Amino acid sequence: MELYLPILVLAVLAGGFAVFSVAIAPFTGPKRWNRAKLDAYECGIDPTPQPVGGGRFPLKYMITAMLFIVFDIEIIFLYPWAVAFDQLGVFGLVEMVLFIATVLVAYAYVWRRKGLDWD
Amino acid sequence: MNGAIEAPTIEYGQLMPMLLVFGAAVVGVLIEALAPRYLRKAIHVPVTLLSLAGAFALIILQAVRDGVPEQASAMGAIAVDGPALFIWGVILVLAFISMLLINDDDQFVAQAAAVPGSPEEEDAVAQGGAHTEVYPLALFAIGGMLLFSSANDLLIMFVALEVMSLPLYLLCGLARRRRLLSQEASVKYFLLGAFSSGFFLYGMALVYGFAGTVDLGGISSALASVGGQDSLLYIGVALLGVGLFFKIGAAPFQAWKPDVYQGAPTPITALMASGTLVAAFGAVLRVFWVALGNLDWDWRPVMWAVAILTMVVGAILAITQTDIKRMLAYSSIAHAGFLLIGVIATGDAEQNSGSLSGILFYLLTYGITTVGAFAVVTMVRDAGGEAGHLSRWAGLGKRSPLLAGIFAFFLLAFAGIPLTSGFFGKYAVFAPAVSGGALGLVVVGVISSAVAAFFYVRVIVLMFFSEPAADGPTVALPSVGTAAVVTIAAAATVVLGVFPQPVLDLADQAASALFIR
Repeated sequence: MELYLPILVLAVLAGGFAVFSVAIAPFTGPKRWNRAKLDAYECGIDPTPQPVGGGRFPLKYMITAMLFIVFDIEIIFLYPWAVAFDQLGVFGLVEMVLFIATVLVAYAYVWRRKGLDWD
Repeated sequence: MNGAIEAPTIEYGQLMPMLLVFGAAVVGVLIEALAPRYLRKAIHVPVTLLSLAGAFALIILQAVRDGVPEQASAMGAIAVDGPALFIWGVILVLAFISMLLINDDDQFVAQAAAVPGSPEEEDAVAQGGAHTEVYPLALFAIGGMLLFSSANDLLIMFVALEVMSLPLYLLCGLARRRRLLSQEASVKYFLLGAFSSGFFLYGMALVYGFAGTVDLGGISSALASVGGQDSLLYIGVALLGVGLFFKIGAAPFQAWKPDVYQGAPTPITALMASGTLVAAFGAVLRVFWVALGNLDWDWRPVMWAVAILTMVVGAILAITQTDIKRMLAYSSIAHAGFLLIGVIATGDAEQNSGSLSGILFYLLTYGITTVGAFAVVTMVRDAGGEAGHLSRWAGLGKRSPLLAGIFAFFLLAFAGIPLTSGFFGKYAVFAPAVSGGALGLVVVGVISSAVAAFFYVRVIVLMFFSEPAADGPTVALPSVGTAAVVTIAAAATVVLGVFPQPVLDLADQAASALFIR
């Protein structure tokens, strides 16, 4: 059980900090009214008015987030490969080139289909 | 820290059929990116069909020239053994003929992102928009099926499960007509599928906690050597089972099947009902036979219950269905139950290979007949698209006797009437089950077959002995692809029903060495 004690302490500290921060904010923070503060947070969709009949709404932020994940995963694989490049040798190089080529295909698709255009 | 990392050995030759399909899928995405809109379909069709045919040829080459590998490939991650080669061949055949159905333009939405019934959608239809992404998506799904059925490692199996499922979730939502139903099917399939994947993953984690490995052979040897961790093992196996039973649509995890089969574009339903089922049974067999074969005393009672429930639910609920696609979905559930009988009928090596051979043969016969039946469904249309409601099928035999006759023949094959492939399929599964001591299950199987025969025959009676409705559906003149699918499926159902021996022998041969570990 002692093994898990640090985790428990950390959880209590983290929880305590969160509760403390929220509880202290109304007493210490300035209160300046702003319409944007009442909007939904950074989801890219105007919460009101809803388009008629459900309509279409822009997915710009979601596409950006999805692309971020794709390239993030690519980087995650590139780092250990770069570190162990000498030991992985030709096999590692070939596999990595294959991997990057596959990601590149997805990139080409997004690019050509105007997924990278903001407007 | 500086010890050299050994490069893994990967038997590219053995994995080539799968790599070809995945490669063609990637090429398909490139076509989407680079080719002009009007050329895309013309390039996709040959690339897709040739890659599937090429993969099939590579399997034959592997089996004939090099023989069946004795060791798992790619460092034990993938097992290209006899059953795997047979299942790959079946999946590719089914995928090929499903793909001929998918080629039919009229099935897929013009602009998936448009709200159903909105002006945008009307514009897209008027401009002749089409989502040719269907081809690479289907290829990714097929590649995932190949990997799913041959994974020798739970981690690879999970990746394959996702590669197979994610494109299918999307494809389900692309029906051209009844958009809302199709989107509903897609969302339901996605949510439930993601949920069941979670079960599979959690089960995998617990089994890893027990065995210290995700390798199927490793889990098998851990069963004998690891003690005192039984709860981890049992809960893990149960959760793995939930994930796998969901994919084959066994009760009580069958609820998604009718909704999804009904809402999805019919060619995609054909691909799911045949290919996915085959691949999922490959995975079920691997997990329960290779990894947990020595635990069969523990999982068998549960599997008995699941099999009985699946057969009964499938056969009885099908009676009350009024939609032809929903009825076929419940029929598919019942057939999954029949196949589970084969999974349960384990014993010594000879018994196992008999059961396995039966399952392999059944998968082939059922898959081909299913694709044929759904191909017929695509052809019976009225103003709003396919005429799904059974009442609309009344009197079809008087309007187009040939089509109704072929459909009746497929239904008889589902029911397992002699001289159809379904009869030998059922026989091949039930006979080893009797010798394997699952007589009770076989009795339930035969009774639910009889119940199922009732609603198949009811459709036949409806088609041939009812007066046609005044404004009944028309039978669309089939495209070359659809006509080919119906012909191939009908021919295979006849040939496998009259002269099944060569294929039975092939299944025997594929099953003789069982799975490699």
